[in-house]
Amino acid sequence: MSLEDALGKVIGIVERRLAGDYEVDEFGFDKELTEDVVAPVLRPLYRKWFRVEMHGLENVPDTGSALIVGNHSGAIAMDAAMLQLGLLDDHPARRHLRLLGADFVFKTPLLGEYARKTGATLACTPDAERLLSSGHLVGVFPEGFKGVGKPVWERYRLQRFGRGGFVQAALKTGAPIIPVSIVGAEEIYPIIGDIKPLARLLGLPYFPVTPTFPWLGPFGAVPLPSKWHIRFGEPIDTKEYAEHADDPMEIFNLADQVKETIQGMIHELLEKRGGAFQP
Amino acid sequence: MTGPAVLVTGADRYLGGRLAARLTADARVARVVTAATDDLLRPAGDGRSKIAEMLADDQVCTVVHLAIGASASRTGSRAELKERNVIGTMRLLAECQRSPHVRRVVVKSAAAAYGASIRDPAIFTEDTELRAVPRGDYTKDVLDAEGYVRGFARRRPDVEVTTLRLAPLIGPKADTAMSRYFALPVAPTVLGFDPRVQFLHIDDAVDVLHHATVREHATTGHRHGPDVLNVAGPGALPLSMAIRRAGRTALPVPEPALRALVTLGSVDFSRDQLDFLRYGRVMDVRRLSDAYGITPLPTSEAFDAVFGGRKDP
Repeated sequence: MSLEDALGKVIGIVERRLAGDYEVDEFGFDKELTEDVVAPVLRPLYRKWFRVEMHGLENVPDTGSALIVGNHSGAIAMDAAMLQLGLLDDHPARRHLRLLGADFVFKTPLLGEYARKTGATLACTPDAERLLSSGHLVGVFPEGFKGVGKPVWERYRLQRFGRGGFVQAALKTGAPIIPVSIVGAEEIYPIIGDIKPLARLLGLPYFPVTPTFPWLGPFGAVPLPSKWHIRFGEPIDTKEYAEHADDPMEIFNLADQVKETIQGMIHELLEKRGGAFQP
Repeated sequence: MTGPAVLVTGADRYLGGRLAARLTADARVARVVTAATDDLLRPAGDGRSKIAEMLADDQVCTVVHLAIGASASRTGSRAELKERNVIGTMRLLAECQRSPHVRRVVVKSAAAAYGASIRDPAIFTEDTELRAVPRGDYTKDVLDAEGYVRGFARRRPDVEVTTLRLAPLIGPKADTAMSRYFALPVAPTVLGFDPRVQFLHIDDAVDVLHHATVREHATTGHRHGPDVLNVAGPGALPLSMAIRRAGRTALPVPEPALRALVTLGSVDFSRDQLDFLRYGRVMDVRRLSDAYGITPLPTSEAFDAVFGGRKDP
């Protein structure tokens, strides 16, 4: 694309946005903003900074719904953003991942707005089922803040998987569950402490302290350039479990199976990667 | 003056006036009796209420209750509004309960019944179980009124009761809370939030209310409560986009400052309104489409039809 074309495209986007001439779905997902504004900003991080490598993309269907379940880490949800961009850029069907987020995300000014516009919605059964039953690819991190806020010495150790609500949503809608392991996000902000009183004061789930943050101010917020690998496991067909959608024990077992699969893939990826900051 | 009649309350308002006119022109309706919003609280000369008189004298068999209003700033004090919304509904239903003629009651409720909160699903269906307790004066009025309607439906299972939860109304000539908001020179929004908003074109509101009033009686015998239906233009608009399409400018204000503002001109920023400006509110309307065969104009198109003209200065 020539510079002139690129400029023309940017002007077109700005004009459309100022006139309010774009589409959003009922959840607030703004496709144009996600593809043409957010993705170009994140792409250098994805390609150059973290050098993300995707594996097992063939396990993600080209069409139809699926529930992608992953491990969560890295102080801020950078892993979610990279997973989303990876599926958009590197999956042959350029799929949009609709993330399920915690209350806290939507309560927070700007963050909540960003989350909705890039396709996220509240992690609750009605929203999850609505997305899955209308053919969307849905992403969830069942560890939640226990995962992103954990200290660096617990890295790559999966935390508790909540109540397994995600399994239930998949069983009810018949969507396959695809486990995904993300390696690399743990090292971008190695958390060595949590200032709980400050977190409480600011209404945050935790206040991370890393070797550089908050000591170096804004520079301390630059993520470390670790090497990332993302691997999708084989889809778990939920149709055979459909009759167990209301059986807590089955739900728990299936959630545990997903967790073990993710943990196993993490170990394989770590072995393959070697040092965290290799090229 | 014989034959069955329809009573429309709140007929002194734009929507009520439109519906009364539509029903008058409908051959299936023998007679339309209209009550102004204030008639609900007015006693007649002989100790009976004005409404009781209307119900008895005209042998009203269908009551359409539209007199639940949102706007405190336009209709006097908050206390007066609550009196009309809650006590008015209570008294109307009490009279309906006594009437031997009433066979059907249609109540105009509002999407506000769902509140607006981060803890609830992005899209409300009629069966959504709310996780957050809705707050705010108007929302409480709506919930109280709906509570009375449920109570009435239980006590008179022979009466067909329909509760219609309408999205905020917009229309070219209608003076609604939304039209006043989009008429402000700059539209205040909550800094850092861009709620999804949903609208209902007033023509569709009239269509749905009309259908609810004249449709065939259901043949099912026993009922357990009122039929509840969401009525809205499918889909949603982010508020920022709506403001741009209306040719207005958004003014993001930190939430505490907006809270202190309370009202701006004729637009009120009460607590429910602030929740709405932060989290928005979107309803699913599939049940309406299935039951009535009517699907309102999508929110995006309805908005353009009403406010689109303002784009050019």
